[in-house]
Amino acid sequence: MSREVTSLRAWKRPPILLKDPRWRWTILLGSAIYLVLAISSVDVDWSRVYEGLERGWRFIQGFLTPDFSSRWRDIQIGLIESLTMTLTSTVAGVLISVPIGIGAARNLAPTPVYMICRGIITVSRSFQEIIIAILLVAMFGFGPFAGFLTLTFASIGFLSKLLAEEIEDCDSAQIEAIRATGAGWWQVVNYAVQPQVMPRLIGLSLYRLDINFRESSVIGIVGAGGVGATLNTAIDRYEYDSAGAILIIIIAIVLVVEYSSSYIRRWVQ
Amino acid sequence: MMPVTPTQTWQFRSPKQHLLRWVGWFWLIALTVFCWNLMTENTIWAFVADAPRQASDIGGRMLPPRWGYLNQLWKPLWDTLNIATLGTLIGVIIAIPVAFLAAGNTTPSRHFVRPLALLIIVTSRSINSLIWALLLVAIIGPGLLAGIIAIGLRSVGFIAKLLYEAIEEIDESQVEAIRATGASNVQVIDYAIIPQILPAFCGISVFRWDINIRESTILGLVGAGGLGLQLQSSLSTLAWNQVTVIFLVILATVIVSEWVSARVRQAVL
Repeated sequence: MSREVTSLRAWKRPPILLKDPRWRWTILLGSAIYLVLAISSVDVDWSRVYEGLERGWRFIQGFLTPDFSSRWRDIQIGLIESLTMTLTSTVAGVLISVPIGIGAARNLAPTPVYMICRGIITVSRSFQEIIIAILLVAMFGFGPFAGFLTLTFASIGFLSKLLAEEIEDCDSAQIEAIRATGAGWWQVVNYAVQPQVMPRLIGLSLYRLDINFRESSVIGIVGAGGVGATLNTAIDRYEYDSAGAILIIIIAIVLVVEYSSSYIRRWVQ
Repeated sequence: MMPVTPTQTWQFRSPKQHLLRWVGWFWLIALTVFCWNLMTENTIWAFVADAPRQASDIGGRMLPPRWGYLNQLWKPLWDTLNIATLGTLIGVIIAIPVAFLAAGNTTPSRHFVRPLALLIIVTSRSINSLIWALLLVAIIGPGLLAGIIAIGLRSVGFIAKLLYEAIEEIDESQVEAIRATGASNVQVIDYAIIPQILPAFCGISVFRWDINIRESTILGLVGAGGLGLQLQSSLSTLAWNQVTVIFLVILATVIVSEWVSARVRQAVL
């Protein structure tokens, strides 16, 4: 009798996350209330959206039949600005972030230097590129120079943080071995740390090159040069075929940079 | 008498490596200098030299912050949170099917569907959310909806990419075990794949939500609602003491969201 009952009992799937039912219900209820509040506070002008559908369709058409020729001059200037900004800011960023990265590594730097370098990294990482670009454009005037400074500043936080982490993860046996030969601090960095982190540093720099190109196509919107300004103008003039052409070029360059950088990284490591 | 053996001095690198490195460095420097010249062709150096004075001028206007302005920022802050959260939600909803279509082990067809899904991922990833917002504001008009959709479209690529990598790394023996019970394809996904990727999925979504909070604070610059809209109006009226307040609010929001996302990821992973 009792056997039949147990065999009739259906298997119930145990929950994967949030094993406590109280937590599960609180979170479900909380998110439901939030969603209702959030969606009700978004007021949408549906007639405007409906009007926009036709424009959206024209944009898709423009994307499928891009017009490279009529604005080619502007696109070319924007692209050259973006590409030169990308390379110079990455190089400058790497040059500055190597000493900061070494200074922010616990195992190499004394505590005061460590604190200062970590502070620089935190400041650089907490504001995103656009906000820095707004300030620098106000200070240095419009154009790619402000963009160069923005991207360099943003690269410093990114590269130094990851480089410092890489140095802290170094094999300490090698550092000790070099130190045991009587090497000074510089020699330890050069012969024990540098060979271990170099492949990673090259990889990170290439990754940052990729990010800088993507960002360089955006900061033009606030006047820091690059292809973003061209794109902004094209969209403001409702020239969707030119805008489509610019977007296609951006996507193509991002793809090329991404694939070639992953190829170089594999070759380096 | 002992013959004098030619003692070889140890060198860090072989002569060939040395030469290769010099050639590599030479080209990198030459390219950088070339790009630098091209980039700064139109830079007006008088403006750059003027920068410290401009900086102190702007700094003087930014301080002291106009704290009274804070009361006007609560609604935009709520809008910004909604843009990020609802946008992430849209991104997640679209990204899940795309990720399953893109993962090598769950895609229905390797030669047709998979490249298409990868193309969606690349397109979404290479266009910054600010550019998506620029397009959407032109198409469906300014407002929160444009921001939400922009964040959503940008998130699709990011979430789908990390999710399909997680799907490709699952333990295949569990899939086989479920399939051996006679389960259909949907049941295999439900019982074998989802339990394995759910923690990674939650981590990815929260990580993206954190990034989206950062990005949604500035989307208003192109008219997509939120704090950026206030930033834009304060900048265009040169009310730098209000700009300071907005920057501080953005900074606080970013720090809080980073803390929340770190806690959630710690809990689920």
